[in-house]
Amino acid sequence: MMRYAILLMGAPYSSQAAHSALRFARAVAARGHRLEGVFFYHDGVHNAARLAAPPQDEPHLVDGWAALAADHGVPLQVCIAAALRRGLLDEREAARHGKQGHSVEPPFELTGLGQLVDLGLRCDRLVTFGP
Amino acid sequence: MANAKGQGFEGDLLVVLRHGPHGTSWLREGLDAALVAAAFGRRVTLLFMGEGVTALVPGQKSGPLGQKGTSPTLEMLEMYDIDTLLVEAEALAWLGLRAEELMLSATAVEATELSMLASTHSLVLTF
Repeated sequence: MMRYAILLMGAPYSSQAAHSALRFARAVAARGHRLEGVFFYHDGVHNAARLAAPPQDEPHLVDGWAALAADHGVPLQVCIAAALRRGLLDEREAARHGKQGHSVEPPFELTGLGQLVDLGLRCDRLVTFGP
Repeated sequence: MANAKGQGFEGDLLVVLRHGPHGTSWLREGLDAALVAAAFGRRVTLLFMGEGVTALVPGQKSGPLGQKGTSPTLEMLEMYDIDTLLVEAEALAWLGLRAEELMLSATAVEATELSMLASTHSLVLTF
């Protein structure tokens, strides 16, 4: 058993990165390895958009990540600095910035870049997906 | 310090920067990752590759887009104890630059030495 982590830096539906990352995540779990976390950075933070509404005949990536968290207990960590400037705020940040509504909800969590470094150093492999 | 083969470059984290200072946020977000890692006490090496070498051309201020320039961030590297800066020798030549012209002191690294860097760092992040 190996300990894996994923760094995703591609926005959903804009490039193959997010689709491939999710498929890889499922494969890691299916093979009995441990996926310690998925970190969303750069345009990858858009994968945490609660309001994403893709056509029904396409894979729903946001729901896919949430299912991964529910099925395998994988933490979904989103870089807070990259998220905020792109309009991705959870309830707490929305209130703090005086915004109506929020665009990020659990199981996604806004967190700092320190978590990415920790994750990468803790795992046997950090696999990056980007555009 | 490094010997002729570049074997002396080691650390916890190698941050590879492959994008120039303007046009995208890759460079800025890559530098942010490096600074945070250093702030948490990790030993960080920066490698500027390809177009990323242009980040070290002096005078990268904010432009008409109002984005922050990267020069002020680069000037802070020393404060964060990030003092191992490497540049891809081939990219320097391709861009017609010399290491002495760059805004910070950086070591030119030949292509044959680049692959070793991945094995002398625990984690590699590429931006």
